[in-house]
Amino acid sequence: MINVNEIMETIKMIDEEYLDVRTITMGISLVDCADADIDKSCAKIYDKITRVAKDLVKTGEDIEKEYGIPIINKRIAVTPIAMLVGVSGGDPIKYALTLERCAQAVGVNFIGGFSALVQKGFSAGDEALIQAIPQALAQTDHVCASVNVGSTKAGINMDAVKMLGEKVKEAAELTKDRDCIGAAKLVVFCNAPEDNPFMAGAFHGVGEADCVINVGVSGPGVVRSALAKAPKDLTMNEIADLIKRTAFKITRMGQMVGTIASKRLNVPFGIVDLSLAPTPAIGDSVAYILEEMGLETCGAYGTTACLAMLNDAVKKGGVMASSNVGGLSGAFIPVSEDAGMIHAAREGVLTLEKLEAMTAVCSVGLDMVVLPGDTSAEIISGIIADEAAIGMVNSKTTAVRAIPAIGKQVGDELSFGGLLGSGPVMRVNQASCSVMIRRGGKIPAPMQALKN
Amino acid sequence: MKAVVSVLGKDMVGILSDVSNECAKANANVLEVTQTIIQDMFAMFMMIDISKLNQPLSDFSVHMEETGKKKNLVIHVMHEDIFQSMHRI
Repeated sequence: MINVNEIMETIKMIDEEYLDVRTITMGISLVDCADADIDKSCAKIYDKITRVAKDLVKTGEDIEKEYGIPIINKRIAVTPIAMLVGVSGGDPIKYALTLERCAQAVGVNFIGGFSALVQKGFSAGDEALIQAIPQALAQTDHVCASVNVGSTKAGINMDAVKMLGEKVKEAAELTKDRDCIGAAKLVVFCNAPEDNPFMAGAFHGVGEADCVINVGVSGPGVVRSALAKAPKDLTMNEIADLIKRTAFKITRMGQMVGTIASKRLNVPFGIVDLSLAPTPAIGDSVAYILEEMGLETCGAYGTTACLAMLNDAVKKGGVMASSNVGGLSGAFIPVSEDAGMIHAAREGVLTLEKLEAMTAVCSVGLDMVVLPGDTSAEIISGIIADEAAIGMVNSKTTAVRAIPAIGKQVGDELSFGGLLGSGPVMRVNQASCSVMIRRGGKIPAPMQALKN
Repeated sequence: MKAVVSVLGKDMVGILSDVSNECAKANANVLEVTQTIIQDMFAMFMMIDISKLNQPLSDFSVHMEETGKKKNLVIHVMHEDIFQSMHRI
């Protein structure tokens, strides 16, 4: 029999500590939609997505009501569109507009997969898709784009890094009257996971089944609250244990929701992404967890160590709670989506350099950072190259989602609204790296690649 | 199939009867009731059988939440599986 304390604990987590399932993401393969005629290809995509995902949103809402657990987003991830462009040729924008129509028809919050995987080089369709990204993001509201420019196995494609610096800037410029939102929907990856349910970087990997359900859990508020109740003299390993216990409970809930959704939709269950994903709501912040461990402000010395421990404890607690773990799994540090990070950045304590160090030990990379509008495309490429190098050498996923705030300077802010939050423009080291970026070519795969 | 109905709010006359009345209307059998009053806050938990519910659980849950709001009570109806999966291995 369930006891009263357990019932109270669960209700309190949901009502007061913002526990939720961040997303149910349906991964849909579009390989069988490829056609040499781009219009036929788009028609097949529309038919498949609206057929397979027609009950996704309703199922999510039903589970939400029956189990009393909020499910914030229902999303779709598709096969990287560059592969379809490779078959059909033509203007990739047509695919973006088709995906947008699909998102509106089935009512999902985002659709990811306007993507290309170019870590080792460009194949047919890749370059055309990358060139089209800024326009695609400006002309749509729900479509998200991502490009994988590096991996531990392949090294870093510096030609792609150069292009993406330019595309990030263009995406911001084309949407400058909407707080540069275009750039917030574009992620540049190294070691991109193929089953990531989180946006903007979700796509349906080529090794995946035809259709799967992936779930991303959340719950920084629950972890923070558990730490807040703990005595201040607990040792770091005792805190790690506390985080593990909390992460276990959060993940069990994600596993349950995923299992039910997969059964009701009659689609195989893929993975649970064991992530601590913050929201701009006060209290639902990863930075506050770090501060609860004993830092005055996130970004102070000690932050990287605390984050490394948090990231590891979340995985250790979560892994036993789920039958299949995947995606990004770990702690996210998106600046504009996290009340504590926003505060720390405004105070000037959290700098881009500190964030870069933090990305070496967290589950993603430089996420939702707002740069001065006059930052050159080459410097953005330099930031991407550095992040990709950290990911490549450490065999982990890293990413850059940077938003150049066109027409704004340090001290100004951008406000995206909703879960994307708002962020202060951060100071960027403006020393030039243009000669290095213009070299192009490839950074060879590191020794870590030679595991066989 | 079972669900947990939790009721939290300021104590007043008729809470138990109101809630069990709504359960009866939905054809949910009340299996167990625990209630406590901490200072003047009322907290009640009901385990109900929902296998013969005459409406979808999601509708019942929304209805109960609204019923609670009218009387300044916070009422949640949650499938018992969420507690089982979170607290039991």
